[in-house]
Amino acid sequence: MKFLCVDCDRQMTFEERQLPGDGTLAVAFRCPKCGRAVAMLTNPMETQLVSSLGVKIGGSTVQPEPLETIRSMVATGRDDAFDDGKRETGNAVRWSGDAVERLSRVPTFVRGMVKKIYADYARERGIGEITPAVMDRARVDLGLEGM
Amino acid sequence: MSLNIRTYRDLADSDRSGLPEQIAAQRRRVAERLAVVGRLVAVMSGKGGVGKSFVTAHLARTLARAGKAVGVLDADLNGPTIPRLLDTHRSPLTTHSGGVEPAVGLDGVRCISMGMLLEEGAPMAFRGPQHESFVWRGALEAAATRELLGDVCWGPLDWLFVDLPPGIQRYAELADLLPKPPAVLTVTIPTAESGDAVRRALRVARERGSPLLGVIENMVGPPFAGDAGDALAREFNIPLLARIPWHPTPDTWHRLAERLA
Repeated sequence: MKFLCVDCDRQMTFEERQLPGDGTLAVAFRCPKCGRAVAMLTNPMETQLVSSLGVKIGGSTVQPEPLETIRSMVATGRDDAFDDGKRETGNAVRWSGDAVERLSRVPTFVRGMVKKIYADYARERGIGEITPAVMDRARVDLGLEGM
Repeated sequence: MSLNIRTYRDLADSDRSGLPEQIAAQRRRVAERLAVVGRLVAVMSGKGGVGKSFVTAHLARTLARAGKAVGVLDADLNGPTIPRLLDTHRSPLTTHSGGVEPAVGLDGVRCISMGMLLEEGAPMAFRGPQHESFVWRGALEAAATRELLGDVCWGPLDWLFVDLPPGIQRYAELADLLPKPPAVLTVTIPTAESGDAVRRALRVARERGSPLLGVIENMVGPPFAGDAGDALAREFNIPLLARIPWHPTPDTWHRLAERLA
């Protein structure tokens, strides 16, 4: 999809993506000429359809994890299907208590992968401690609609 | 007064989302992963219950025993049976940045299946708005198939068999995902009813450009009667590779593997 500022006859550019956490998605675009911004709001079904394609609106700076769509979208996955939940090392970034608690609510099937994604995100940005706020920011920056 | 609005194709500025590029990258990943696979063969049938997975597993094991490197991708996401047929252990799959290592089953056949990932006896259920799942479920299943192809470290293989579910939907998805339509091996039982269903699937595969390797007639003998295998072979001018009785011997599979090779 593309957005056109009709008054300026200019293609609008991606500005930012927001995930309210209720299955919906908000994506803002701005006209490079007049500065007008518009937001595309998708309902849960539309958001799900985008996630199903394995693409990220606004792009992503990180490579997808192996079987990322399967692991993030399958609700009946086996807890011990993968070995990556045990890979966190001693020199990894710190996790705040609140962040650990929030991570513990992620289904085991996908938890190891999610933990790695947040840890990689923090490491790449020099973030020493992962907090719920860091997790929120990562979800938006990385387009983790399903996580 | 109507607005003068340019069309989608008129707008050619670069787009940060790059959705077409993301899709292209997904396809590239599949192509790169499969570049070291000698022969990729889709095992299909328009008919359910004809023994596609049974044939796939035994053919794969026979080729593996003959020294070939063989993989099986169980593309029946909703009714996976390959883990049981190849007796893959329920140990966790090893993941690393390069992908997921396939399980190793009987006779060294490498395999991946949703059956290894799902809770025991659980159907494959997705997160999301269930009352509208008809909109997105197909796309998710196609994405899952793509990941099983492209995210699994198959390594160099002489053969990769993709065991398809009944019908033609997964075949169409597979043909979309691969750089070229896959070669197709078709399984039927002797009955005319099976022949009717398999004929439709063969037509789809032929029209899509898949090389048709041949027909395997399975479950030959009472109570099934008919000559669907012969009839399909004649109609599509392809070989009837094997007529497999209810109790096949190792020699049955050996002859099939020789004919296929």
